[in-house]
Amino acid sequence: MSARPRTLALAAALSSGALVLAACGGDDGGSGDGTAELTMYYPVAVGGPLTDVVDDLIATCTEQHEGITVEAVYSGTYADTMTKAQTASRSDQGPDLAVLLTTDLYTLIDNGLIVPLSDVDDDLSWTEDRFYPAYLASGEAEGELWSLPFQRSTIVQYHNKEIYEQAGLDPEAPPTTWAELEEQAKTIQDEGAAEYGVEIPSTQFGNWMFQAMAIQSGVADTAGVDGIASYLDDPASVEALEWWKGMADDGLMPSGTTEWASTPDDFLAGRTGIMWHTTGNLTNVKSNADFEFGVSMLPANTQPGSPTGGGNLYIFDRGDEGTREAAYTIAQCLTEPEMAAEWSMESGYVATGPEAWETDTMAQYAEEFPQAAVARDQLEVAVGETTTHENGRVSQAINDSIAAVLTGQAEPQDALTQLQSDIDGILAQYQG
Amino acid sequence: MTAAIPTPTTAPPPEERRRRAPLRGRLGDQAFAWALLAPAFVVLIAFTHYPIIRSAWSSAHSRRGDLSAVQYETLVNDPVFWQVLRNNLWFALGTVPTSMALAILMAVWVNGKLRGKGFVRLAYFTPTILPMVAVASIWLFFFSPGVGPINGLLGAVGLPTRNWLGDPDTVLPALMVMMIWKQAGFFMIFYLAGLQNMSPELEEASTLEGASRWYHFRRVTFPLLMPTTLFVFVVAVTDAFKIIDHLFIMTGGGPNNASNLLLFYIYDTAFTFFDPNYAGALTMALVVILGLAAVIQFTVLERRVHYR
Repeated sequence: MSARPRTLALAAALSSGALVLAACGGDDGGSGDGTAELTMYYPVAVGGPLTDVVDDLIATCTEQHEGITVEAVYSGTYADTMTKAQTASRSDQGPDLAVLLTTDLYTLIDNGLIVPLSDVDDDLSWTEDRFYPAYLASGEAEGELWSLPFQRSTIVQYHNKEIYEQAGLDPEAPPTTWAELEEQAKTIQDEGAAEYGVEIPSTQFGNWMFQAMAIQSGVADTAGVDGIASYLDDPASVEALEWWKGMADDGLMPSGTTEWASTPDDFLAGRTGIMWHTTGNLTNVKSNADFEFGVSMLPANTQPGSPTGGGNLYIFDRGDEGTREAAYTIAQCLTEPEMAAEWSMESGYVATGPEAWETDTMAQYAEEFPQAAVARDQLEVAVGETTTHENGRVSQAINDSIAAVLTGQAEPQDALTQLQSDIDGILAQYQG
Repeated sequence: MTAAIPTPTTAPPPEERRRRAPLRGRLGDQAFAWALLAPAFVVLIAFTHYPIIRSAWSSAHSRRGDLSAVQYETLVNDPVFWQVLRNNLWFALGTVPTSMALAILMAVWVNGKLRGKGFVRLAYFTPTILPMVAVASIWLFFFSPGVGPINGLLGAVGLPTRNWLGDPDTVLPALMVMMIWKQAGFFMIFYLAGLQNMSPELEEASTLEGASRWYHFRRVTFPLLMPTTLFVFVVAVTDAFKIIDHLFIMTGGGPNNASNLLLFYIYDTAFTFFDPNYAGALTMALVVILGLAAVIQFTVLERRVHYR
C-alpha cells in the first residue's frame, strides 16, 4: 500500500471532525456603535401571503433608522417560532427580536430569554397612548412591561347572512345572548338551512374558546394572577363547559372535537350558520366567502366578553446593549400607527391602538368594511388571555380536559376539578 | 495485517526489520484502520451515542439542575405516559401484522403471471413514494366529517357517519388504517425481492409431487422467506414507534391524548413544554423499549430463521 490513500483517509478523518466542530461554532452580528445587524423571528398564523407585508414593514423601518439591518426570518406557526427561538437561544444563536404569543410571557421570563423594556428605555409612558390597555396588560408581569402589542386578535362571532335568510331569521340580528345563540342555531337546523347551527373549535385553541365562555359566565381572573391560573373549577366555569357540551349533545354543533383549522372551511362551505373564531381569520373569510357574512361580538351569559389573543414583540437578552437598543427601535417603529394600520388591513389582526384607528386609511377601511371594527369595540369588555408559568403544559392540560368532556369521556364537574388540581401540581413550584 | 509480514524478496536486513516493523508498520496500520473508521465514528458518536448519553445525563437531573431520580418518579406517576405507551403498543399491534400479511399477499400476487403486473406493482408502491406529510394531509381530508369521502360513502349506503379523528374510540384505528396503506407497499418490495430470488425448480418439484399451492406456500415459500420476514418485522416495529409525522398534521395527539404516541409526547415535552429533563427520561424509556424489542427479535426469532 502506498502512502497516498493513507494520507487521503487521514485527511478525510480530520475534515469530518472539523465539520462537526464548524457546525458547533457560531458567528454573530451586532455591535455597540449605532450600527446593528438584527435577526427577527416571526410566525404567520393566518392565511395569505403575509411574509411580503412583513418584509415591506421592516424595509420601511430600516430606511428610517440608518445603520440597522434586520433579517426577518419567517419561522412557521407560533409554536414553531417559540421552539426555534428557545433552542437557538440556548446555543447563543437566538433572535434579537421576535413575535411570540402573549401567553408565552412567563415561560420566556422563567427561562431568562427576554429583557424588560425598562432596561432599554427609562420612560415607557408613550406606550399608554399608543396601545389599548387590554392589549398592553398582557405584556406586563412582575411590575414590568416586557413586550409591545403587534399582531393582536380576539374571538368574534361570524354568521352567514344567506343561511339566516333561508332560515327566516333576521340577518342583521345575530345572537347577543347564549339563549339566543341556541335558539337561532336550532332554527337554522330545523329549517334545513345548514347542517350545523354553530361551530366552536375545540382543538389547538380550545382553551381560548373556553376562557371566553368562562368570562361570559362571570368568572373572575381568567387571565391568571402572577402566572397562576385558578379559575377552572369555579362553579361558573363548570356551567360554561356544561353549556358547550350541551350544544354538542343537542346536535347544534358537531359531536366530538371540532378542528380549529377546518372550522373556517366549514363556515365558508356553508356547513354551519355561525362560527366563533379569531379576528385573525377576517381577511381570509372576507376574500373567500361567496356570501354576505356578518361579524358580531360574542354573546353574553351573564355578561359579554372575550379574551384577547395573538402575538407581541419581545426583545431578547443577547447581552449586548447596542443590539437591544436597535431591536427596541425597530419594535417601536413596527408599532407606529401607520404601520399598525397597514398590518391590520393586510392581515385581519386588530390594529393595536386608538391612534392607528384614527389614521385616514384605517378610518376609511373601517367605514367600507365595518366588520373590522367589531373586534375593536369588543376590547372594552375584553380580558387578557390566560397566561401562566409552564404555559405549554397548562394549556395542553386544559385542551385535554375539554376534549375529554366533549367526547363523552368525562363529566364537566369531575373533569374541571381534576384539571384544577393537575394545574395546581404543575404550578406548585411557582406558588407564593 | 498482511503488510506487517514482509515477503522474503523485499525483506530488509534483520536489524532494520526489527526496528521498522513494530514502529512504522504496525503503528501505521493501526492509525490507518482508525483513519478509515473515523468518519463513520464521528457521525455515529455525534448523532447517536452522544445524544443518548446526554439524554440519560439530563434525565438524571431535576429541573433546578441537581442530581436526582425525580424525573423517573414523575414518569412512573404520569398517566399520560402510560396512556401514550398503551397507544403505541396498540398501534404496533394493529399495524405490523396486518401490513406484513398484506405485503406478502400483494408480493405473491404481483410475482405471478399477471397481465399488466408492472402497473399493479407501481400502484401498490405509490403510497410509499409519497411523503408522510402529504399522505397525512390526504387522509385528513378522507376522514374529515362532512366533506370527507369516507363519510360520504358510508352515508350513501345508509350507514351512520362519524367524526373519525374527533372521537377517542375511532382516532387510533383510523390512523392505523392510514399507516397500513402507507407501509404495506414498502414491505411488498422486500418480499418481492425475496420471491424473485427463489428458484423456480422448487415450484416445479411441488407441482410434480402434487402439492397444493397453499401447501407449497406454507411449507416451502414462507419458510424460505423467513430472513425477509425477520428484516421486515424489525423495520415495521421500529417504524411503529418512530413515525409520528402524521400526528402533527392530523390530530396533534388528541382528542385528550387518544392518538398520542411516545415519540410525539417526547417532542411535546421537549419543545412545547420546554422540559428537557423529563423529555430525557421519556427518551430513555423509548430506548429501553426499542432495545428490548431488538433483543427479542434477534435472539428468539433468529433461531427460527433459516438462511441459505
